[in-house]
Amino acid sequence: MDVTLLSRIQFAMTIAFHYLYPPLSIGLGVVLVVMEGLYLRTRVPIYQQMTRFWVRVFGLTFALGVATGIVMEFEFGTNWASYSRFVGDVFGSALAAEGIFAFFLESGFLALLLFGWDKVGPRLHFFATLMVCLGAHFSAIWIVVANSWMQTPAGCRIAEHGLGPRAEVTDFWAMVFNPSAAERLTHTVLGAWQAGAFLVVSVSAYYLLNGRHAEFARRSLRVGVALGLVASLGSLATGHVSAEGVSRHQPAKLAAMEAHFPASAPADMYVFGWVDEDSRHVHGVALPGMLSWILHGNATAPVTGLSAFAPEDRPPVQVVFQAYHLMVAIGMGLIGLSLAGVFYAMRRVGSPPEWLLRLLVLSVLGPQIANQAGWMTAEVGRQPWIVYGVMRTSEGVSRSVSAEAVVFSLVLFTLVYMLLFALFLYLLDSKIKHGPLPEDLTASPKRA
Amino acid sequence: MTIDLNTIWFLLVGALLAGYAVLDGFDLGVGILHLFVTRDEERRVFINAIGPVWDGNEVWLVTGGGALFAAFPAVYAGVFSGFYPAMILLLFALIFRAVAIEFRSKQPMAWWRRTWDVSFSAASFLGSFLMGVAFGNVIRGIPLDVHGEYLGGFTTLLNPYALLAGVTTVALFAMHGSIYLVLKTDSAIQAKVRAWVNTTIIVFVICYATTTMATLVYLPHMGDHFKAHPWTFVLPVATMLAIANVPREILHGRDWRAFLSSCAAVFGLMGLVGFGMYPNLVRGTDPATSLSVYSAASSDGTLTTMLIIVGIGMPLVLAYTISIYWIFRGKVKLDSMSY
Repeated sequence: MDVTLLSRIQFAMTIAFHYLYPPLSIGLGVVLVVMEGLYLRTRVPIYQQMTRFWVRVFGLTFALGVATGIVMEFEFGTNWASYSRFVGDVFGSALAAEGIFAFFLESGFLALLLFGWDKVGPRLHFFATLMVCLGAHFSAIWIVVANSWMQTPAGCRIAEHGLGPRAEVTDFWAMVFNPSAAERLTHTVLGAWQAGAFLVVSVSAYYLLNGRHAEFARRSLRVGVALGLVASLGSLATGHVSAEGVSRHQPAKLAAMEAHFPASAPADMYVFGWVDEDSRHVHGVALPGMLSWILHGNATAPVTGLSAFAPEDRPPVQVVFQAYHLMVAIGMGLIGLSLAGVFYAMRRVGSPPEWLLRLLVLSVLGPQIANQAGWMTAEVGRQPWIVYGVMRTSEGVSRSVSAEAVVFSLVLFTLVYMLLFALFLYLLDSKIKHGPLPEDLTASPKRA
Repeated sequence: MTIDLNTIWFLLVGALLAGYAVLDGFDLGVGILHLFVTRDEERRVFINAIGPVWDGNEVWLVTGGGALFAAFPAVYAGVFSGFYPAMILLLFALIFRAVAIEFRSKQPMAWWRRTWDVSFSAASFLGSFLMGVAFGNVIRGIPLDVHGEYLGGFTTLLNPYALLAGVTTVALFAMHGSIYLVLKTDSAIQAKVRAWVNTTIIVFVICYATTTMATLVYLPHMGDHFKAHPWTFVLPVATMLAIANVPREILHGRDWRAFLSSCAAVFGLMGLVGFGMYPNLVRGTDPATSLSVYSAASSDGTLTTMLIIVGIGMPLVLAYTISIYWIFRGKVKLDSMSY
């Protein structure tokens, strides 16, 4: 195998594993702000217990996010050195800004969030929670801005330089607010809120099913489903805007998402299907003309298809099609689940029916799979470009790194990450089984 | 030496990496010394001494890396891809260190805790050593082509000078960490740790003296700026005085001053390296291929924008850092939220 493919596999694997955790930090960050805010307002002790329980879970997910996140920053240099030289002027600024504006804020106040209960008063502790949540969102802003620039490069020019050609920033704000940045950022953040919300929903439903920690579970479930519903509906809206943006700026990606082959013809939208790339046919259930209608308000409006692009400029179709449809299907399912959840959870008496609780226990997988599938759509759909229309992925790889070296690191990453994932699940499971601590109902000395 | 935009960025990236060495240096040092105490409670005190701050300290590395990427992409790309296997090992060291700190306290079994103790300590040792080796190579010079691509192999990196730099870094962080532990512990544990300080200082001074001699003999160019501007000998002298001051303050029980002295020593050493290297960030075996603040830099536009970002961000960063260290000042006390 060649270095490019190996490096792509390694990057995909390490980013996919990393991306299990940041959405949880972002989503649980919002959950913690809500719970601790409720505690400060009402002073009902159970909100303190809820906050402290979810802070412990947050600590675990955050640690894994940090441990696997530093890999991502280093990998641009180790595996994509030619890319790094080419884009450092543009892309590097966003990464450095993430460090300065997001990571310091997050890690500094995280110390207070985790260990500061007895060191500061409740208001300052709440402020720390707010800052950690804000920091997690800042981090999302800069990294999605950087990624969006790779999708829809703007605010730069290609210039000759001593060591070779490179992209140079001509307009910093045009780079930051590149055409896809805002819609991709909101869609990503809402996906992260879903991840946090449905983890809370799932654990609460599990307690209710087993008749444990009933009061804790009911109140946590309410916070979870409410946030889950807002985020799920928001994901649908931002997803729609995002798809429109893709049709304008990355038509080849959009064509792959719906496996639309004709160069210019009305396009259907599939509910699900299997792409036969040789015969250019999709076996599945389609809504005729729906894609044309959604994009242009007219079911017969032509949509640019894959044939309009040279074969070497087309992304892989099957992967993008399946990942995209999986994401959409899960997104719709989560809207339904959170509607049902809100309906039952907001009733004053009784608990949701058992069938719903069972589904809600499983719901934690939904946003995680959808987030992964969404990124797969975005990144595989960008191929064969590393910077859309400007630099090919094969041109971005490190020239001084051998295939053997990447095989060595890929094997190590695979083994270590499997171990970490098993340990994470084991520790999360034991935290959940252990449940909220009774002593967290009583206030800290500083809070008395 | 003129103070232009590129030089300012050399100083800023240097300041971030020096900030990293000063801050993460002591918590890596605590990790290196971790297995020298054996009781669970002692090990918990060690980990909780760095518990609230180690993550923030590591952000200095992440941000230093980001700043290097933005300001000097050719250095970031050339060194990270060139030192590939070493960088991957460094990443594993950082991963295992982070999860060991988080995982250790989560289960009570002795084997569980022992596993993470060993992993925490080995990762701290390996991480410090590899960073030292990388620095040693960058100072000594590595084979580069005209595009800034590394031409050597993994074994090229394992030369005696770089290995010596690795050992010296481990010794430096162990010394720095032991002094930090004196500051954060009390009673019996503190007495134990206090007794280590002198040993770590002696080991470090031997390493440092050897590295300095090796540098002067094999890499005389590192002394050029000092020869050209004799007044700059203030810098190595001040660094030596800072190191010598540590045992003096410890002897008088002024632990805070001892720690500040040690911080000054780490900062001074980074300054010495930076001053000796300038204007190069990476020395090429053929000096014409060296990556300098000019050949490796981003455009002036980006350097200016980044300077604004740093101007807004750094005061905030310093404010959080100082507040957190202030709030968590004093001796470690274990409670239900501790590691």
